[in-house]
Amino acid sequence: MRKTVLGLLAVLMMVSLVLPATAQARKPLKVAFVYIGPPGDLGWTYEHERGRLALQKYFGDKIETKYIENVPEGPDAERVIRQYAIQGYDVIFTTSFGYMDPTLAVAKDFPKVIFEHCSGYKTAPNMATYFGRIEEARYLTGIIAGRMTKSNKIGYVAAFPIPEVVRGINGFTLGVRSVNPRAQVQVVWTNTWYDPVKEREAAVALLDAGCDIIAQHQDTTEPQKAAQERGKFSIGYDSDMGKFVGDSVLASAVWNWETYYIETIRQVLDGTWKTHQYWGGLKDGIAKLSAISPKVPDAVKKEVETAQKKILGGWSIFTGPIKDQSGKVVYKAGEVIPDDKQLSMDWFVEGVVGKVQ
Amino acid sequence: MDLLTSILTITIRAGTSLTLATIGEILTERSGILNLGVEGIMLLGALSAFATVFYSHSILLALLVAMAVGALMALLHAFLTTTMRANQVVSGLSITLFGTGFASFLGQRLGPATNNFRLVGLRAERITPLAPAGLKDIPILGALVQQDLLTYLTYLLIPLAWFFLYKTRPGLWLRSVGEDPQTADAMGIDVVRTRYRYTVLGGILIALGGAHLSLSYTPGWSENITGGRGWIVIALVIFSMWNPARAIWGALLFGGINAVQFRLQASGTNIPANFLNMMPYIGTILVLVVMTWWEALSKRVGAPAALGTSYMREDK
Repeated sequence: MRKTVLGLLAVLMMVSLVLPATAQARKPLKVAFVYIGPPGDLGWTYEHERGRLALQKYFGDKIETKYIENVPEGPDAERVIRQYAIQGYDVIFTTSFGYMDPTLAVAKDFPKVIFEHCSGYKTAPNMATYFGRIEEARYLTGIIAGRMTKSNKIGYVAAFPIPEVVRGINGFTLGVRSVNPRAQVQVVWTNTWYDPVKEREAAVALLDAGCDIIAQHQDTTEPQKAAQERGKFSIGYDSDMGKFVGDSVLASAVWNWETYYIETIRQVLDGTWKTHQYWGGLKDGIAKLSAISPKVPDAVKKEVETAQKKILGGWSIFTGPIKDQSGKVVYKAGEVIPDDKQLSMDWFVEGVVGKVQ
Repeated sequence: MDLLTSILTITIRAGTSLTLATIGEILTERSGILNLGVEGIMLLGALSAFATVFYSHSILLALLVAMAVGALMALLHAFLTTTMRANQVVSGLSITLFGTGFASFLGQRLGPATNNFRLVGLRAERITPLAPAGLKDIPILGALVQQDLLTYLTYLLIPLAWFFLYKTRPGLWLRSVGEDPQTADAMGIDVVRTRYRYTVLGGILIALGGAHLSLSYTPGWSENITGGRGWIVIALVIFSMWNPARAIWGALLFGGINAVQFRLQASGTNIPANFLNMMPYIGTILVLVVMTWWEALSKRVGAPAALGTSYMREDK
């Protein structure tokens, strides 16, 4: 009896010595995603999740992807990212601004793991950043809002007063004012990325203040729903919110991470990956304008198309003359706001009502 | 509608779920049981109410299911803390952790398979605010009447709960169990049964608070729809000094602060939003300070003396 057991053990040990070797030969690349919200937010995280699914489909069994949702920014994030690194993940995408320092801290301890952080500015030899000029798409939605508003008051529910959000508000407002110089964009800060109740309350406050179109920089569709219930229009962000809310959403500025994720993983598989700071725009396809609602007249759609062609042709939406809130010209005609000034933007252009707090 | 009335309308609407849950938690804590599962029970209440109304199209059934779910979760807490004499803090926290996770889990699995995220982002029947002709245009009063039926129920519940606690015999028994279970037991009050009863009743009201969110205030299901309001309820119980009549002020203060600060922002004022967000918490601290002094002066108000302790007949 004992001999058979020992014999079996010996066989098992030999098998276990052989197995990992064969498994290693076709070990898939392990890719992890860290999300700030649930994929079901139908907004920011939803788009990253769509990118992950597209990535998995594209590479099939060559890669293995996994995600973790609802990870708060701060110490929790570092614990989660470190856990993935320890578990042997080869590439880790961290998809919120507040993950920047946690990602960097873990990246220093795991030089062989590749880290990709979305929307930040810190890099390391094994940590790259990626983001997009969504404000180019916002500019186009601004043209629609500027043409469709009757009260000339457009509400904007905004998350945090950080450059990313400020840039979006300015891009949107420049779009609005390019067709309707009398319109104003009223900003309300919620100080949260994801809180369905607060986002709705902020939208309702703006509607009560006389705004007839609601735009937003948040992660859920609540501001859009609140506007619809009052019979008012809205502008979506992150995903094509018209699909979830209806044609009261005139158009959305949407993210499209798919192409970037596939390209990045291709580089990793080829061994050509190098650290970088990716900041694509409309012409790279990372930021897009969704389909436009049938409620928007064709003349306005034409106007949007013209502007889109101009941007695709290399024109920057941040081309002067640009005035600040006091009406002072800060960038002269033809002058373009340099990238570093865009990345640290902390002031509003003329036409925005509200303060960068 | 003038600005004050519109702010008051939204404040009452926002405060309804808080008031319901706060009264529920007050009744529970008055029996000596601390239920930190509020956040989890509210989420489960919100989810079960929306799931039910989505499939059955019946608001009444949705409310009943939410109440049953709340009762069940509270029953579990009562069993763990009263019969098993587990630590109340630990049991309550586990209920919150469980409820938060389980509600998200169910939200992704219930609902039509055609929808990517199942229940998220769907619509169904909702409780709409009434708008009685003639009354709704009167300033201030208009804010009180332009509310949904759950809010009307809350209007009734506040005086009822107060009357029950302070003016009836069962109310006195409930308070005595929370203050001194040994004496209550010696007087012939069934401590275990009382604690079970009011923990379950509390759970029902807490779940109704959650249902108000998903059926009326933010109709629909989204993950973490409560956004931490369950924890605010815990603070509100302290703020109201375990008195249902005072719960209304706290709920209005906490519920209204967003309505007010978003409107102040929208009207372009100079008061920073963060300062306003801080106010209710400062209020709670002030109340705690004042309460401690008051308690030193007279023994009449404050936390139930036996709050958070388990009771065992043989214990001395």
